[in-house]
Amino acid sequence: MYEFNYQKATSVTDAASKLGAGTDTRLLAGGQTLIAAMKLRLAAPTDIIDISGIAELRGIKAGKDGLVIGAMTTHAEVASSKDVKTHIPALAVLANSIGDPMVRNMGTIGGSIANNDPAADYPAALLGLGATVKTNTREIAADDFFAGMFMTSLEPGEIIESVSFPKPKRAAYMKFSNPASRYAIVGVFVAETGSGVRVAVTGAGASVFRATEMEKALAAKFSPESVAGISMPSDDLNSDMHASAAYRAHLITVMAKRAVETAVGG
Amino acid sequence: MSVRLSMTVNGKPVTAEVASRTLLVDFLRDQLRLTGTHIGCDTAQCGACTIHMNGRAVKCCNMLAVQAEGAKITTIEGIASSDGSMHPMQTAFRDHHGLQCGYCTPGMVMSAIDLVNNHPQPGDAEIRDGLDGNLCRCTGYHNIVKAVHVGAAAMKK
Repeated sequence: MYEFNYQKATSVTDAASKLGAGTDTRLLAGGQTLIAAMKLRLAAPTDIIDISGIAELRGIKAGKDGLVIGAMTTHAEVASSKDVKTHIPALAVLANSIGDPMVRNMGTIGGSIANNDPAADYPAALLGLGATVKTNTREIAADDFFAGMFMTSLEPGEIIESVSFPKPKRAAYMKFSNPASRYAIVGVFVAETGSGVRVAVTGAGASVFRATEMEKALAAKFSPESVAGISMPSDDLNSDMHASAAYRAHLITVMAKRAVETAVGG
Repeated sequence: MSVRLSMTVNGKPVTAEVASRTLLVDFLRDQLRLTGTHIGCDTAQCGACTIHMNGRAVKCCNMLAVQAEGAKITTIEGIASSDGSMHPMQTAFRDHHGLQCGYCTPGMVMSAIDLVNNHPQPGDAEIRDGLDGNLCRCTGYHNIVKAVHVGAAAMKK
């Protein structure tokens, strides 16, 4: 990788002020995407601000309405958290499905959603549960956060502090993993939330999206049969060496059906 | 730009000054001469670079050395007893032929130890799942799984 200036931030305020300097300054959380990208020279920041030492960014807080998860909380911490397993078990299942144990010990929720890989899992959880992203300047609803492939609505200099997940009535995540990378070829997060049914699909398109036809069908009757007959259009879906757009469209229906089965049964 | 590092590696304090872009795996191998940790793929897939940082398995080819600042690092060289006798997981790998060329083995052993620390009595599926991040081209994994079963039981004692 190319050389860079390294600084460790002591607080969010400190990180925000350091972010302004340098030609191409990036935050370093768990580094599971950034370091790999820098090794391939796909990313070449001139300055790196390490936020891993900011204690206020870590931790999981449970309230009666849901969970607040700090941006630097690792996937392993979410997957093994008693609070998460009690209040939103589908979230623990999702976190546990990311990468592998070593990646989960370093990778963070903040890093995952800031990167918005089209095949990442967390975007499906945020969109599926109607979560809210809290940054150092404002709060952003999940519906407004994921803007496109590797794009979010974060402004330059904006730092994710935490994500609030409202507790759903029931929810499940079902994923068809790439057998090598374990990224989602298609991942579907289904939730019966306080404000209605949400079905969030990741891996299939440029960015996570809601399957509105499935949401309507499940709102009428929350059962696997409601979505089993719904075929998704394949135009605008990803086609690559792992799966064609047509196959991904088919997988959305299969994963949605299995997710609903899990949500009603579990 | 160079950064000052200090950490504990296999129980010993280490200080160094390295280029900020130095990967942890290169620091361990090239500067500390702890060459038991291997680079297999260099893209965080194969797990041959697995070590423990603060008691948790991590892939050190995908980390900057500076990310281990202040941390307690354990490599494959650091898991044997002070009298030189092998860690029970190492013994299990030897006794149950859990390796052929040995290239993936340090990573497999470090991963397996972390797995057993979190799941003291893992079943077959749990072991195969827990070693998801470690690839072996030689064995077909069967004896590795056997070795982890035996290693887990031995670690209980």
